[in-house]
Amino acid sequence: MESFDQHISHQFNQELENLRQKMMAMGGMVEEMLKNAVQAVVTGDTDLAVRVIEADDQVNQIEKRLDEECNLIIARRQPTASDLRLVFAIIKAISDLERIGDEAEKIARWAMALADYHRPRNDYRELERMGHMVLEMLRKSLDGFTRMAPEVALEILQQDRKVDQDYEAVFRQYYSYMMEDARNIRRVLDALLVAKSLERIGDHCKNVGEYIVYLVEGRDLRHESKKAFEHEIGDES
Amino acid sequence: MNDQATPASPVSSGMFDDNRQALEIAREKVSIEVRDLDLYYGTEQALKGVNLKIAHNRVTAFIGPSGCGKSTLLRCFNRMNDLIDICRIDGEILIDGKNIHARDVDVAEHRRRVGMVFQKPNPFPKSIFENVAYGLRLQGVNDRRKLAEVVERALRAAALWDEVKDRLNDNAFGLSGGQQQRLVIARAIAIEPEVILLDEPCSALDPISTAKVEELIADLKNDYTIVIVTHNMQQAARVSDFTAYMYMGEMIEFDDTARLFTNPRRKATEDYITGRYG
Repeated sequence: MESFDQHISHQFNQELENLRQKMMAMGGMVEEMLKNAVQAVVTGDTDLAVRVIEADDQVNQIEKRLDEECNLIIARRQPTASDLRLVFAIIKAISDLERIGDEAEKIARWAMALADYHRPRNDYRELERMGHMVLEMLRKSLDGFTRMAPEVALEILQQDRKVDQDYEAVFRQYYSYMMEDARNIRRVLDALLVAKSLERIGDHCKNVGEYIVYLVEGRDLRHESKKAFEHEIGDES
Repeated sequence: MNDQATPASPVSSGMFDDNRQALEIAREKVSIEVRDLDLYYGTEQALKGVNLKIAHNRVTAFIGPSGCGKSTLLRCFNRMNDLIDICRIDGEILIDGKNIHARDVDVAEHRRRVGMVFQKPNPFPKSIFENVAYGLRLQGVNDRRKLAEVVERALRAAALWDEVKDRLNDNAFGLSGGQQQRLVIARAIAIEPEVILLDEPCSALDPISTAKVEELIADLKNDYTIVIVTHNMQQAARVSDFTAYMYMGEMIEFDDTARLFTNPRRKATEDYITGRYG
């Protein structure tokens, strides 16, 4: 894989490096939002939830700015090959990061709603577990992007499967709570929406993983089977 | 991707890519084939073991830094290098399966089949009409009506007719650079070649004229095999179906253009097209 600091044009090096750094900064913010949102659900800390909601606007603004910078690079530099794939992968990835931010914001809102109800004895351990798993996926995808390590895509894909299974389990569990006692329904529905958002975040992380493969290998693995993934990147790690 | 998932560990071996490239190009009918071509200017070797197949009625672009041999290779196709005394060629060039250096090849006839357009437009100091009719007159065609017909068809094909139809008898030097270049292309088309060689046809033109010539190339490829040498990589990416990257007289990479500009196989190609230190 090419490094992005060897262009004859120093300015181009700087533009690409700048783009990458800003994307990582955006990823860091989203990661923080997700961590706090899950924490707010688990602890019922509404101040933390408010901070998450406020941070979302900043993330949105960064996405817009990065889109504009990518636009300018395409217009000015007409990037090709790995440069083109980098710009393209960043455009795609920041859109997923922005969506993760949106989901984190939603989780924070539901955390505020959940804070008004009585807390279950296990303090939403099932959501905490899911939250930690997707947080790890997010970290892995950002780290993989920085290191240009396509093999993380496979790990993330496997984790995404687990998150999906967890979501199914949580769904069934909550379903039985609602059957048991109709007074639980509003609270459990809010908690279920948190689980759904976490499951969606897992999907977005999986997308970012796929962009890493595209960036490094030039191969588009979206909507491919796990087997195809293993086939393409399994022996690269 | 599903139908491509058969060979073992395609990514690490790189084998898969070569197969794919071979397939893409094998699907095309071959117009020009270059086999183990070495070319020397005196003791200086300008082309080293070049092997290449150029597809029929497609646009093939040669890119590479100055002095890489791309123009030299292009000039081989219509035997322009014959004019250089110190030039020596080993290997074969086949056009439609026939060796262009065979003894029975009539060079003038060969050059009629393989037209060439240069960097700077080079119209003759004659009228627009006579420039286009020139090749036919050389062939002994003097029928006024026949000439008028061919001139109009060639000028239309070169997308110049509407701009010059009311002043066909004006001197060609009165045209703009872009118009002159299209006139020269019309002159090449008038004698109905099979192959058109373009040696940096737009490097002396402004962006609008360049766009017109590029548009023309897209139209012409329905009827002609086109080979273009260009320093403008974006132009190669825009107009060509296949691209060859050359460096120091060697063919480094040859692939379909979409692939070469998004995911080249060789690092040297990547460095060149992305503007990195080689």
